[in-house]
Amino acid sequence: MKTLKIFAVALAATVLISSCGDSGQSNNKKSNSGALNNSSAAEAVYVAPGEHDEFYEFFSGGFSGQVSVVGLPSGRLFRRIPVFSVDAEKGYGFDEESKAMLQTSHGFVPWDDSHHPKLSQTNGEIDGRWLFINGNNTPRLARIDLTTFETAEILEIPNSAGNHSSPYLTMNTEYLVAGTRFSVPIPQKDVSINTYKENFHGALSFISVDPEHGDMDIAFQIVMPGFDYDLASSGKGPSHGWTFFTTYNTEKGNTMKEATASQNDKDFIAAINWKKAEEYVAAGKFEEWDCSYAHNKVDEKTHIASTEMRNKVKVLKAADCPGMIYFLPTPKSPHGVDVNTTGEYIIGCGKLNADLTVHSFEKMLAAIAAEDYETIVDGIPVLKYESVVDGVVKSGGLGPLHTEFDGRGNAYTSFFISSEVVKWKLGTYEVLDRVPCYYSIGHLSIPGGGSMKPWGKYLVAMNKITKDRYLPTGPELAHSAQLFDISGDKMKLLLDFPTDGEPHYAQGCPAELIKPNSKKFFKLSENEHPYAIMSEEDARVERDGNQVHVYMSCIRSHFAPDNIEGIKVGDQVYFHVTNLEQDWDTPHGFAMMGANTSELLIMPGVTKTLYWEPKEEGVIPFYCTDFCSALHQEMQGYARVSAKGSSTELKWWLGED
Amino acid sequence: MKPLARAYVLIASILLIGIFVQPLWYIALDAPQYPDGIEMYIWVNKITGQDESTLQNINILNHYIGMQKIEPDSIPELKIFPYVGVFLILFGLFVWWKKQPKLLYVYGFLMLILAVLGIFDFWLWEYDYGHNLDPHAAIKVDGMVYQPPLLGAKWLLNFKAVSYPHIGGICLATSCFLLIWGMVHQKWAKTSY
Repeated sequence: MKTLKIFAVALAATVLISSCGDSGQSNNKKSNSGALNNSSAAEAVYVAPGEHDEFYEFFSGGFSGQVSVVGLPSGRLFRRIPVFSVDAEKGYGFDEESKAMLQTSHGFVPWDDSHHPKLSQTNGEIDGRWLFINGNNTPRLARIDLTTFETAEILEIPNSAGNHSSPYLTMNTEYLVAGTRFSVPIPQKDVSINTYKENFHGALSFISVDPEHGDMDIAFQIVMPGFDYDLASSGKGPSHGWTFFTTYNTEKGNTMKEATASQNDKDFIAAINWKKAEEYVAAGKFEEWDCSYAHNKVDEKTHIASTEMRNKVKVLKAADCPGMIYFLPTPKSPHGVDVNTTGEYIIGCGKLNADLTVHSFEKMLAAIAAEDYETIVDGIPVLKYESVVDGVVKSGGLGPLHTEFDGRGNAYTSFFISSEVVKWKLGTYEVLDRVPCYYSIGHLSIPGGGSMKPWGKYLVAMNKITKDRYLPTGPELAHSAQLFDISGDKMKLLLDFPTDGEPHYAQGCPAELIKPNSKKFFKLSENEHPYAIMSEEDARVERDGNQVHVYMSCIRSHFAPDNIEGIKVGDQVYFHVTNLEQDWDTPHGFAMMGANTSELLIMPGVTKTLYWEPKEEGVIPFYCTDFCSALHQEMQGYARVSAKGSSTELKWWLGED
Repeated sequence: MKPLARAYVLIASILLIGIFVQPLWYIALDAPQYPDGIEMYIWVNKITGQDESTLQNINILNHYIGMQKIEPDSIPELKIFPYVGVFLILFGLFVWWKKQPKLLYVYGFLMLILAVLGIFDFWLWEYDYGHNLDPHAAIKVDGMVYQPPLLGAKWLLNFKAVSYPHIGGICLATSCFLLIWGMVHQKWAKTSY
């Protein structure tokens, strides 16, 4: 028995030694197969103190609902931007100014599941202006301003459920798209779930983006057959004007979907000619449907978010609009669909498959012209598979999900089940390289992914399973990302790094596109908040019935006023705190003992409001929570609370005895 | 007046226009947590920073050690100096026009006296800001004064203060130098040009 063990160890050692030379060929070796040797990998990701990363990479937070900002190649986390979920640290969703951002037709929804960050594009290239991301659970889209790294706008998507195939914007950011992962009755109604086949439909929404200010608006929705619309990719170059959505559950099952939705040998990629759709809308071929959805936007001058409820949407019915939609048969419940940088190839990843299916846009147009239909489903022509497919990648892996491109004619596909990235050649479909991932990769990202001009230097694998990659932290573990150098023929693993939340997609671009525009502070003189004050002299307290408004300022290292008397039990007290600082990196915090809300975190030049209902008599302290200066600990004050109906005079002061 | 001396007077007068278009002096404060630096410019009629909030930021720093606020509106010199400047330019042109050697000496000495007085006044101002501290300041360091240097660099607690003339100041100095040269030339030069 003992000899056997020694033999096994010797054998394992031989395998390890023999596979060290050929980077990344072996799948069974743990830890850093495919890596450079440790010191050169360390050098490749080392960003010296005080120096900056080459790329910004924006990770979706998945079930955190947020976005995290990471530098590449270091993998360092710089910031977590609150988007769809409340963030007590920043007062997001807690202070009076930001609450409206999370309003929906269902009321205040404090959480969502954010999936696919997409940077705005001009002429098919990342322009560094805005980042868009979808909220999956209560369908929403958000726009993040990349001068402030703050969420500027959130638009709810009506008639949708599970906003997964989104935002996948077009090459000039004309549209964001929002396809539903769940078909539902549209409009919603009380029906038996077993009537799925007749009552359920899927909506694909096209959201226009104002080219100057970025404002989002639902241009039109297309009502589609009751499939699940999984992911999308918009055309570019020759295919500009088309957006492609993967579908599964073309079986229209409504229970035990893991089996019922996996019966058809082929599902579809739905090719939507949105330019044609625009024509139908312009020709008045739409119906206007009643619905209810929230549009939330931050005013740039007041920094206050407000909600506007909208109640109409233009709807196109797929079957009534010939020439607008075609189905491309694609094997085995395709998940990702990705159009390559030239706009010619449409890659479908049948997630229960070993192979990738590559359709040709040119062939698709020819098949449409020749009316080369296999059949018609719910009024939509299904093009013949043989007429549109250009090639199949015999990958040798299993469970392909997503594909990115390096701009040099190579594609990189993630394989969840076989846990690897496979590099292959467009046009010839030969496999060039493969590297294992630790473990079970979902999305992958090359900076500039989805655009016509990616920066094919690094590839980030976002892995779904972590297990033993880091020091254990109990049952719940950080999700793991891995950085690969893809500048050469072979992919080389450089770095493992933990991520925030559960990233799905991530998208990045060179830092130079964003860094020069990053705002250092807000100009106080441009602050139009109705309760802002421009100097300490204007600090005051006003009573209006049982509402008390404190016009407060903060500057290193005091609040004005810092002593307030005359507040009474049962009052509704609003602390409107203006940060008078006008320097880089000088936020102040404001926290009130016992307030049923979070702190305020106030950027220089901005006014934020904390709401407080004092419940008992006493003298209640407040203080600055952001270590601002040498006298930060002294930056505090008191609010005296008197009994209801007492005659305590309303007064306030700073620096007087 | 000899033609060369006369030319110097003209050039000196025109150069003085420089004090109206460029700062006279600048003071820079350097500390690691201010990677962009803090720069203050002293003009003939105003005090500015590298951006519109610099003075506020300097005042915030200074209040911890009890220095007075720098408030350009309350500094009388900034209101008087521009008139002095305009007077000197016009007087110079008058001297150039009149060609009288006596006027050259009057102008030259007046200019030198005013320039020295101006710099002395600046030094006094710096002295006052550096020494006249609020006794209730939060940070008190025994024996420490915060007078920035007139020329060169000096450590003031965690800041390195650097002070040099700016283009306007160099214009003024050059004017003075040309007038001295002009007077010397007028008095002692053997040539007639």
